[in-house]
Amino acid sequence: MSMKPNAKTVLDVKDLQTYFKTDAGIVKAVDGVSFSVREGETIGIVGESGSGKSVTNLSLMRLIPSPPGKIVGGEVIFEGKDILKLSEKQMRSIRGKKISMIFQDPMTSLNPFLKISTQMVETIRLHEKDVSKQEALERSIDMLKLVGIPSAEKRIQNYPHQFSGGMRQRVMIAQALSCNAEVLIADEPTTALDVTIQAQILELIAKLSNQMGTAVILITHDLGVVAGMCDQVCVMYAGRIVEKATTDELYARPSHPYTEGLIKSVPRMDTTKKGNRLFSIEGQPPNVIDLPPCCPFHPRCHKAMEVCRQAYPLVKDLGKGHEVACWLFAEESEKQRALNEANIKEKAE
Amino acid sequence: MTKYIVNRLLGMIPTLLIIITLSFFIVRIAPGGPFATERKLPEVVERNINAKYHLDEPLIQQYGRYMFDILRGDLGPSFKYKDYDVNYYIANSLPKSVVLGSYAMLLALVFGISAGIIAAVRQNTWLDYLSMGVAVIGISVPLFVIAPVLQLIFAMKLKWLPTSGWYTTGEGWTTVILPAVSLSFAYFANIARLTRSSMLETLRSDYIRTAKAKGMKNTTIIFKHAMKGAMLPVVSYLGPAFAGIITGSIVVEQIFRVPGLGKFFVQSSFNRDYTLIVGVVIVYSAILIVMNFLVDIVYAQLDPRITYK
Repeated sequence: MSMKPNAKTVLDVKDLQTYFKTDAGIVKAVDGVSFSVREGETIGIVGESGSGKSVTNLSLMRLIPSPPGKIVGGEVIFEGKDILKLSEKQMRSIRGKKISMIFQDPMTSLNPFLKISTQMVETIRLHEKDVSKQEALERSIDMLKLVGIPSAEKRIQNYPHQFSGGMRQRVMIAQALSCNAEVLIADEPTTALDVTIQAQILELIAKLSNQMGTAVILITHDLGVVAGMCDQVCVMYAGRIVEKATTDELYARPSHPYTEGLIKSVPRMDTTKKGNRLFSIEGQPPNVIDLPPCCPFHPRCHKAMEVCRQAYPLVKDLGKGHEVACWLFAEESEKQRALNEANIKEKAE
Repeated sequence: MTKYIVNRLLGMIPTLLIIITLSFFIVRIAPGGPFATERKLPEVVERNINAKYHLDEPLIQQYGRYMFDILRGDLGPSFKYKDYDVNYYIANSLPKSVVLGSYAMLLALVFGISAGIIAAVRQNTWLDYLSMGVAVIGISVPLFVIAPVLQLIFAMKLKWLPTSGWYTTGEGWTTVILPAVSLSFAYFANIARLTRSSMLETLRSDYIRTAKAKGMKNTTIIFKHAMKGAMLPVVSYLGPAFAGIITGSIVVEQIFRVPGLGKFFVQSSFNRDYTLIVGVVIVYSAILIVMNFLVDIVYAQLDPRITYK
């Protein structure tokens, strides 16, 4: 874990919006998300189920099932181009080659009908046409060795069901990095694994990203994982980033009441007294269908004010790149203006 | 694997014996008999006939005699058709039904799988609605409607094809087309619907998402990654379906004058032709058992997670 303030930005997400059309209404799964990833950096995206973490990252790969999903706005700048505007063919040459992805459930993410060798070789030869089958196989074996699969030469001829969950996730990582990807998106890579295996897989991702200079976007709902691995953290709630900061800063000064609640609800061995109940944020995450223009967290927030119910908070920079979307940090005049605008709108309707 | 195959093949013998035994007794329990007519036969005649076909012996003795004949490969004389025995009728008609059924199944497979894949890949487009619309027609319109309609259009009006007949009656191979197409319709429909639904399910699976994330083309994903998994339900349908289609269909045989096996299934029952009934039952069940066995073998070939010991 190291800050690389001068490193080049590899991926710049600006105001990304991904909506899903459903019978019940429009689901704004991702609504105005911005963040950037620098070379070799690990950025964590934290949030509870349904907060839009996975949809954000599937949008970066343009893998949103459409219909019903659609990226309706924003830019994703990669290598100087907005990849949301690329043709499907150009996009395919980025997927798996420059931006790779590993998924939550390694048990189902590899094709059970094909040998590991087939799946890995096809990835390499898909993106590097001049590589022979034999070379691709050798490189795949090297990758398997790198991720710590014992007797890789033999194991590569096995089928996925002959591997354990942790081993399969290693294979997924090996496959994802076999073309030297610049960005690795890891969508809850350890959620489906045993606790002991979780640590090994995370260490492996950290080690390889360091070695190969791959930037990592780590999606998780586990704040412990974030603290151990990430340089930067984005906290998502109801399709938006509510707080964004370096990891140290976020833990030292959690500013959004939601982040505060999240950190408080992590069980700790030192401060939690015996018999004390673990802190939890009251209530449920909001239904993101037809969300009104207000702070989506206000029904669960113990610091909620009138303005929180009337308007979505402005994003405030607290310095050192620490950004928070909460009315607590806004000027009195800004709140007043937001309230007035909301009133005018209400009357107009 | 070899051991498994040998075991399965040996296991077919008791299954068949049980089927033969059951059908032997069931047909004899049914009221009426092969020589029961509306007018009562003179007692002497009846006694003579019964003696000739051993119907005067106790049932268990008849059974023993019959089983002994079967083990020698003799299915016995037909009780109704006097000229030949059951072996002859089956040996003569089964190959024709197999030829017709195979063509029909080939058509059903080629068009059914293609239509199913197209419908799944272009879900909720006109291509999907068209394929599934045709499939619903194939399932819901009975054979005795489809066959005469095809006959009317292609044989009577357009005069492209002969109305009926078979190779052996001198009309040539074109006679196979209309009966094969009619027979294939229902199977086409089932295969198309099965393929569509299992392909849709497969395309939603995690490993297909992985393949997309690897940057693969859609067509490659469908044929290299999704096909095997999507074919499993179709393969299990094919076993019984194939056994059914190659043992003939009385409707198609009647309409197109095909000298196939199908008519014996129905006629032998009407005639209480004990030996012929059991004969066709043996043929059908033997084919069905073999087909199901083949399905299991193909399954293991398709899905590496299945191994037989």
